[in-house]
Amino acid sequence: MGNKQTIFTDEQLDAYQDCTFFTRKEILRLHGRYHELAPHLVPMDYTNEPDCKVPLSLIVNMPELKENPFRNRIVESFSEGGDGNLSFNEFVDMFSVLSEMAPRELKAIYAFKIYDFNVDNFLCKEDLEKTLNRLTKEELTPEEVELVCDKTIEEADLDGDNKLSFADFENMISRAPDFLSTFHIRI
Amino acid sequence: MEVDSVFYTDHSGRITSNPLLDQLPSYQSLLYRRKSSASGSKRRTSSSRSTSGSSGSGKWGVHTFHKNKDKHHNPVEERPIREWAKPMAEKRRDKAQRLEEASKLSSWKQWRQSTQRTLRRLRDEAQEWLSSLKLWRADIHQIEGMFGTGILSYFSFLRFLVMLNLIIFLLMFSFVMLPIIIAPSASGNITFEIDYESNCSKYPSSARRGLVIFHEHITDLLSGGGFLEQTYLFYGFYQVNQIHFPNIKYNLALAYLMTTIAYLFLSLIWIVKRSALGFKRNLVQDEDRFQSFCNKIFAGWDFCITNENAASLKRSSLLYELRTDLEEERIKQKIADRTRKEKCRIYLIRFILNIFVIGVLAGCFYSIYVATIFSQEAQLLNIKVNFIVDLMYEYLPSIVITLANFITPLLFSVIINFEDYSPAFEIRFTLMRCVFMRLTSIGVLLFSLWSQITHCKDETCICGYNHELYSCWETRVGQEMYKLTVFDFIIIVAVTIFVEFPRKLIVRHCDCGLAKWWGQQEFSIPQNVLEIVYGQTICWIGTFYCPMLPAICTIKYFFIFYIKKVSLLKNCRPATRPFRASSSNFFFLAVLLIGLALACLPVSVSVAQINCSQACGPFVGYNTSWEVLPTAVSELPTGVRSVIEALSSEAFAVSFFVVTCLAMFYVIALAGAHKKVINQLREQLVLEGRDKRFLIQKLSQAQRLSPTSQSQHRSSSNGNRNSSRMSPSDRMSPSYHTSFSNNFNEGLFLAHSPPDTSTHV
Repeated sequence: MGNKQTIFTDEQLDAYQDCTFFTRKEILRLHGRYHELAPHLVPMDYTNEPDCKVPLSLIVNMPELKENPFRNRIVESFSEGGDGNLSFNEFVDMFSVLSEMAPRELKAIYAFKIYDFNVDNFLCKEDLEKTLNRLTKEELTPEEVELVCDKTIEEADLDGDNKLSFADFENMISRAPDFLSTFHIRI
Repeated sequence: MEVDSVFYTDHSGRITSNPLLDQLPSYQSLLYRRKSSASGSKRRTSSSRSTSGSSGSGKWGVHTFHKNKDKHHNPVEERPIREWAKPMAEKRRDKAQRLEEASKLSSWKQWRQSTQRTLRRLRDEAQEWLSSLKLWRADIHQIEGMFGTGILSYFSFLRFLVMLNLIIFLLMFSFVMLPIIIAPSASGNITFEIDYESNCSKYPSSARRGLVIFHEHITDLLSGGGFLEQTYLFYGFYQVNQIHFPNIKYNLALAYLMTTIAYLFLSLIWIVKRSALGFKRNLVQDEDRFQSFCNKIFAGWDFCITNENAASLKRSSLLYELRTDLEEERIKQKIADRTRKEKCRIYLIRFILNIFVIGVLAGCFYSIYVATIFSQEAQLLNIKVNFIVDLMYEYLPSIVITLANFITPLLFSVIINFEDYSPAFEIRFTLMRCVFMRLTSIGVLLFSLWSQITHCKDETCICGYNHELYSCWETRVGQEMYKLTVFDFIIIVAVTIFVEFPRKLIVRHCDCGLAKWWGQQEFSIPQNVLEIVYGQTICWIGTFYCPMLPAICTIKYFFIFYIKKVSLLKNCRPATRPFRASSSNFFFLAVLLIGLALACLPVSVSVAQINCSQACGPFVGYNTSWEVLPTAVSELPTGVRSVIEALSSEAFAVSFFVVTCLAMFYVIALAGAHKKVINQLREQLVLEGRDKRFLIQKLSQAQRLSPTSQSQHRSSSNGNRNSSRMSPSDRMSPSYHTSFSNNFNEGLFLAHSPPDTSTHV
């Protein structure tokens, strides 16, 4: 398997295997998907680590992400400058964290980043309202939205500052039974 | 929101956080990637391109920082790199750094690390290979993308049952059928001790003689009689006590009994293992938080959904769930506000309705009893009217059970509306009632069969059972189980083809009121699960009497998978009341366990209590099937025998029971203690959070009061810390502050120097 492909060197594949939850085959397949997104941008030969990034608009139209209400936030959280343009490293990173084998703690960290719309290290009420509106496409009345956000903060806020810090979020997520099975994308 | 001096507002009124907060280790450990300034990003990309050998100061700084973080986080063992929440480039650098470090370690440690890595790789590849072998992987993937994880759990449950039945069949085959099949070729001698003189051992052949009309073959196939009776399919064919191979004596009767116990035990262990995960989670959580708002908002959206329809359906189901939850909160409030008079009224209504439910159940059970007796008598008296009516007589118990199982859920769902429970409890209670109904109906069928079998014309039966009517009663019971299985399968296929497809056509093409009221078919997970658990319970009970039943069930579930999948994709829309994946796994396996418990009961009663038939089967010569075991034990050598006798004595049983009770009490006490500790820690967390905010507030106030001594503050606080350790964070922290630094009018920084004045390296 290792000698037939010319996309990566063996050391690179080795490094990828250690740094992600994917096997060699899957990494090569991911590269194929990445290349498909922008064939003219992405080179087939990655042995000398080219510095190319696929823009947000192309990634967000992938079939795996197309229907996800948080697709923009997901891609932004994994991009370096928060602008949503992903290099191949970041692309693989994203799907590795979202794969089945990533542990809960790792997923919780990135989930917090994704839901933190104003990027201030807290899930404040505005973040929650935005999350809720994305989830339901704004079909809840404003009173209902407020009620739900209040109840959520009431349930999860431990230190009483009316917003969720990462510790609150992690504590709550560890008790959410569905998190591991829903926070997962198959590719 | 009250005025909070810990958080500052900028000119536009947006709340931003205090730089002090950002310095705290707990915040820094989040490793946010911010909109860094241009210089910051250049620095990062240049460092990500260099390989491990270079020693740029920035990289070195980052390395030491990470190394110190490592020491702080992983004192003894190192977590695998891929579990760290860092960008890929940094992870690869860490890996390179680790390799560097590793080369400095002793060769023993190096070897150990490399073997650990290789083992981990091997394990990953083995898991990947195993999961690619899994049956129906592509189909389940497709279903997951379209309908989400709730319905997915139903199909993976179905897959689990296929595997379970296959394994049970392999067990039965290899220990019971295989020896008989290979006996002639392996020069084995089959012994069968039957007392041909006794009245009990007359077994008239049921093969049809003379000209056999074609449709009689069909009747035989569907009812397990006629030409099927004397085949490997049924218990009566196994007229073998022992097989004497050249070197060993194979006690087939003992093997038959032990295989039965083994497959029940195996099913139990496999189900418990599968449910252990869901059960653990349920134990940890409180009842209230089980389906809380947080769970719905943060873990509610299935990231696996790729289909547009499915996405909009998921959205509407989430909407529905949230509205239901808000409604439930309102109802809880209403319940708490109930007056005494209303409570009495509600309890009275519930009491009456429960009596009504019990009455309905009793009525159903009685009709099953009557139908079974009628069917048995019709078969025994050989009343032949015509082909169809004969089949109906044969299948009468199955028909009555299916009708009862169809009507009672509708009845229960109507009744529950009057009982005024909270919505979540309503669902669970109705489900419990349906489970009870389905699984007990099999028990009633068996009970009526046994009442027939052990009831003779005179007071006591000579052979212990009614040998005139049932010369081989186990085969008869096996035939009933076979008929139940076949009928179950026919009904599932028929309902899909003749009810669901037309429903879809009518709803889609006809615009009348009836179509709108009926609506499109919903894939109701609980009812479907009950269906297959019912089939599996029949399989467990019936395997003792019909050893090939697991194979038939495997094939049956195999086809049901495809039928349900097609029906789901073409006809159904997902239920408006979604069934959560987590609770569903637990629910499926809990119902399956109840089915297993209910299956063990009849099997153990018939093995231990009812006299086995003396005309057929491997247990001829023994009083009951269970007797094989004591007889075999008594033939063992003395040492082993005394050990087994000690194990089965009362003294051992009582002490084992006492020890188990003590262990259980200990574990319960431990769980209670842990819960207390968790609550205490939670309170402590709250207090710590408040303390932190209070201290930061005080500190900021103190700073504000003495602006002239800022520079002194800066140097003194910097002097307090190890400069080399803090410099990387200084380099990192500009990224934290570029968005904030513009927002503060005064310099409220404590130890942070803005990027261009950083002098520390």
